[in-house]
Amino acid sequence: MSDIKKIKDEYLDKLSRDINLETVNQIKTELFGKNGAISNLFKKIGSISSDDRKKFASDLNFIKEELQDKINIKLQEIETKEINSKLENEKIDITLPERDIKLGKIHPVSQVIDEISSIFSEIGFSIEEGPDVENEHYNFTALNTPDNHPARDMHDTFYLDNKKELLLRTHTSPVQVRTMLKGKPPFKIIAPGRTYRSDSDQTHSPMFHQVEGLHIDKEINMGHLKGCLNYFIKEFFEVDKIQMRFRPSHFPFTEPSAEVDIGYELKNGKIIIGEGDKWLEILGCGMVHPNVLKNVNVNPDKYQGYAFGIGIDRLGMLKYGINDLRAFFETDYRWLNHFGFDPLDVPSNYRGLSR
Amino acid sequence: MKFTIGWLKEHLDTKYNDNKIIEKLTDVGLEVESFENASSELDSFKIAKIINTEQHPNADRLKVCDVDIGQSDIVRVVCGAPNAKKNLLTVYAGPGSIIPKNKMKLNVSKIRGVTSYGMLCSESELNLSNESEGITELKKDKYFNKIGQNFFKNSSTKVIDLSITPNRPDCLGVRGVARDLAAAGAGKLKKISNKKVKKDGSHNVKVSITKDKNQGCTIFGSCLIKGVKNKESPKWLKDKIESLGQKSISAIVDITNYVMFDLNRPLHAYDADKIDKEIIVRNSKKGETLEALDNKKYKLEDDMCVISDKSGVLGLGGIIGGTRTGTEFDTKNILLESAYFNPRSVRRTSKLLYLDTDAKFRFERGIDPESIETGLTKAAQLITDICGGKVSKFDIQKLENARKNKIKFKLSLFENVAGFKIREKDIEKILINLGFEVKNKKKELELKIPTWRPDITQPIDIVEEIVRIKGYSNIRIFEPEKIRGKDTLNKQQKLFHFLQRSVASKGYYETVTWSFTDSKLNQLFKENYKEIKIVNPISSDLDVLRNSIFPNLIFYLKKNLDRGFKDISLFEIGPIFIGNQPGQQLTVVGAIKSGKMSRLNWNEKDRLVDVFDAKKDAIQTLKEAGYDKDDFFIREKSPSYYHPGKSGSIYLDKDDIEPVAYFGEIHPNIIRKLDIKTEALVKFEIYLDNLKENKLKLKDRKSNFEYSDFQKSERDYAFVVDKKINAQDLIQLIISIDKDLIKSVKVFDVYEGENIPKDKKSIALNVTIQSSEKTLNDNDLEKINNQIISLVESKTGAKIRS
Repeated sequence: MSDIKKIKDEYLDKLSRDINLETVNQIKTELFGKNGAISNLFKKIGSISSDDRKKFASDLNFIKEELQDKINIKLQEIETKEINSKLENEKIDITLPERDIKLGKIHPVSQVIDEISSIFSEIGFSIEEGPDVENEHYNFTALNTPDNHPARDMHDTFYLDNKKELLLRTHTSPVQVRTMLKGKPPFKIIAPGRTYRSDSDQTHSPMFHQVEGLHIDKEINMGHLKGCLNYFIKEFFEVDKIQMRFRPSHFPFTEPSAEVDIGYELKNGKIIIGEGDKWLEILGCGMVHPNVLKNVNVNPDKYQGYAFGIGIDRLGMLKYGINDLRAFFETDYRWLNHFGFDPLDVPSNYRGLSR
Repeated sequence: MKFTIGWLKEHLDTKYNDNKIIEKLTDVGLEVESFENASSELDSFKIAKIINTEQHPNADRLKVCDVDIGQSDIVRVVCGAPNAKKNLLTVYAGPGSIIPKNKMKLNVSKIRGVTSYGMLCSESELNLSNESEGITELKKDKYFNKIGQNFFKNSSTKVIDLSITPNRPDCLGVRGVARDLAAAGAGKLKKISNKKVKKDGSHNVKVSITKDKNQGCTIFGSCLIKGVKNKESPKWLKDKIESLGQKSISAIVDITNYVMFDLNRPLHAYDADKIDKEIIVRNSKKGETLEALDNKKYKLEDDMCVISDKSGVLGLGGIIGGTRTGTEFDTKNILLESAYFNPRSVRRTSKLLYLDTDAKFRFERGIDPESIETGLTKAAQLITDICGGKVSKFDIQKLENARKNKIKFKLSLFENVAGFKIREKDIEKILINLGFEVKNKKKELELKIPTWRPDITQPIDIVEEIVRIKGYSNIRIFEPEKIRGKDTLNKQQKLFHFLQRSVASKGYYETVTWSFTDSKLNQLFKENYKEIKIVNPISSDLDVLRNSIFPNLIFYLKKNLDRGFKDISLFEIGPIFIGNQPGQQLTVVGAIKSGKMSRLNWNEKDRLVDVFDAKKDAIQTLKEAGYDKDDFFIREKSPSYYHPGKSGSIYLDKDDIEPVAYFGEIHPNIIRKLDIKTEALVKFEIYLDNLKENKLKLKDRKSNFEYSDFQKSERDYAFVVDKKINAQDLIQLIISIDKDLIKSVKVFDVYEGENIPKDKKSIALNVTIQSSEKTLNDNDLEKINNQIISLVESKTGAKIRS
């Protein structure tokens, strides 16, 4: 009995001191090893008189558990301490820069085209395209602009042959012609793309982008045209209210024709769309001329509708505060980084046009 | 088209103020470009104050003055006047000013080493007096609060500048503008005075129009005015002409111009004494020449409409007159021409001769054939009033009678097109005010079109007239329906969109460059494509359509390198051109990458970009666009602008004929030729047109989910093979043993050099083997192991390394 107590007291005392893992393991061996103190006591159980045996065994078991618990606690303590001290040594400067992720950029023109497509998609327009090289028939004649028409002078055209039959399209309107020739009404399309005119200064660039719109059906009138553009402009500029002004104008391929201004004001050098009393011309439009419909084999007595042409670059400049048109095409890495868009910012109907 | 408000009011009785007139002009479709004071040379003379004077460092008699000209910056002016002193109010002329006295134009100049911005003027220099001793001294009490304002009061009225669309020749005259405004309710159109000219002179110049084929002149009206005294124009006329920014020449010329601006009725005055016998309007013959009033000599082609006499050509009908019969100050007898020239003929001739004149601009748009006599009358009146002389009877030669065109206009068309209603009465009123003759035939109007409106030919034109005059603000807004009947994008467009965003997500900045490029650059990338020249390029270094996307990308890459950037990734998705016919173009993604990866990075070692970066981006982009990498096949073939040993092409499938992409390092010759300063340059290009459409939608492409939980084994092999044997072949060879068992083959080392024969390389492969039916035992594995080794050894001559 006293053996048991002695062992217990001695080892409890040892275990309560600040000891290391090695010592604990040694204690473990001293107690529970083959010839360990506790193990030896267990071996003695058989030799103890049957009267005392039960109590002896019970006491011994009790102390064995107590010591084992103590050892486990000690082991855990030591482990925690060791981990903590190891972690302390592993501390690094967490303010060092992270590894690089290189995300590229989407050009503002592409982003704006996607925004425009998303808006028109919601009201049922689909996208058509046409070639950049056109012949004069599709670019002019079929659009009611015959060779002797002074309106041709309004377009400074790049030609690819001396006979002036092949050219770079001066507007996206030839896509109207191609679309109607290959299909049957109704038509409801937009056609974004590159366009070319041979002038170049601060506000003109020999290449720029337009989006053509065309809606032909049986009862499409100027009210639908106004409604469509009103909707588009509001959505595009992401404002609740816009001021829009239709002014009579002239394009050979529409009759009646209009130019559309939107109201704006200048605040700290930035253009604010939707407020103010200044007007900014942003697009041309009109009801498709019966001659154009005849040229593409659509019966103008049965079908009518509208068309419009919007300068994409200009829209982008207005929305995102870009001052210089020429910069769009100069590939300045700094500019692309500044005005470019995150490729994950995909304009969509349900997530919205922009963040 | 310019005119003053005062001039407009000669034709329009209106209570509108200036701003309301401007607004109305815009409303009816006459776009107001500007409405401002007629600019004057004198506008650049400003009231100014000397704030400080200093002695000129290099000249005793000169002073350097700081001058306040009412702007945010003070200007420095060198001045020699003894009276220039602090606080003096005087007159300042900025650079570009023209000094009234000597007509000298001022420039920014250095005077004895000090830069002088403009000058301070004496009264003499301003033609105010003969006082030339010192600079002008202005009275303080009168001018102290006017610093920065114009010194010369602008007496001219405001000038409206309209941008007239090509369909509206009638509004190239003030009267036409007034008519539109009157119709739109801005006032009443005044009647043209019916004052008759006394026509008591004789007309002894015979005029004839020959009946040539496509004769460009159908009516030729004229009168002879004898005994005139040409002179400087009176002030009212001079003011009118000058307010439009035109130069006053002589009374006769000014009068013909005035009638043109007023009524859009071009006239021409000949010195009648210089006409050889008679006037013949005919087609020209090739080789004839004209010395025109612009002092140029023109060689004529066949069949241009000319006015001629017995000795030759006097002028090009409707375009320009000749010097031989031009009027001078000593001209005594004049023949006044008022004619109708066919727009096509005028346009054709002027195009052939590259000749643009005010008259041509008007005739090619269409002049009112019925204004011939009105024009002659008005001009003859003014000439006799100002220059005296006797007017002859009017001689009108006609090949055909002008007829008024008729249109039947269904009233319902208006609402069908405009989308709103307007009363019949209002429609009639608008049309009548615009000069139409209107007969109402129940539900339909029978209209005679005014002769000054050649643009109106069909009912839809009438709709425009009514909406325009009524006001576009009346058009209602019909909200669009949110219904989508068709996909917005087709498959090719979706692909474009995917590729674009996919490449951008790999670190490339998207750019948009011209579709044209420098032929010299294009030459390096055009391969076998035909060069497509632009006949009239904007500049000589943008003279061809691009045959490749790279000339421009490389050009701009170089520019950015020159800006000091090193690690640049750029791409463009757009057209390249393979022929000059519509549709002979391809859509291509081109991407380039320069410099290093992980440059200046504290925890990753930097390295040059290489061919495998380009390959990775190309392959990953194709994967993201929906193509299966397992089917891809790489070949060594690539265009000549790539490094021949470090480039390749990607095929979607081994059996495909056309590659969908190329990748690789750029050919070192190109770097050298273009003097590109970069450590490394790689690129790739993807051809959208070669990308087969995925016929199946994603939902149909997903196969059943099958997987194996049986144990998998990995084995490593190192083969010594001929350098010519490529990794792709080895991998495919191993997979071909059993596609079901061999799950993957990875290359984890390639080694050449010591311990390996010169023409050999060692390639180390890790093969994963797993069955979907059972756990493979040692025997199974050993069997596959042996198969792999023996097949590779027998097919490629490789030796397994032990």
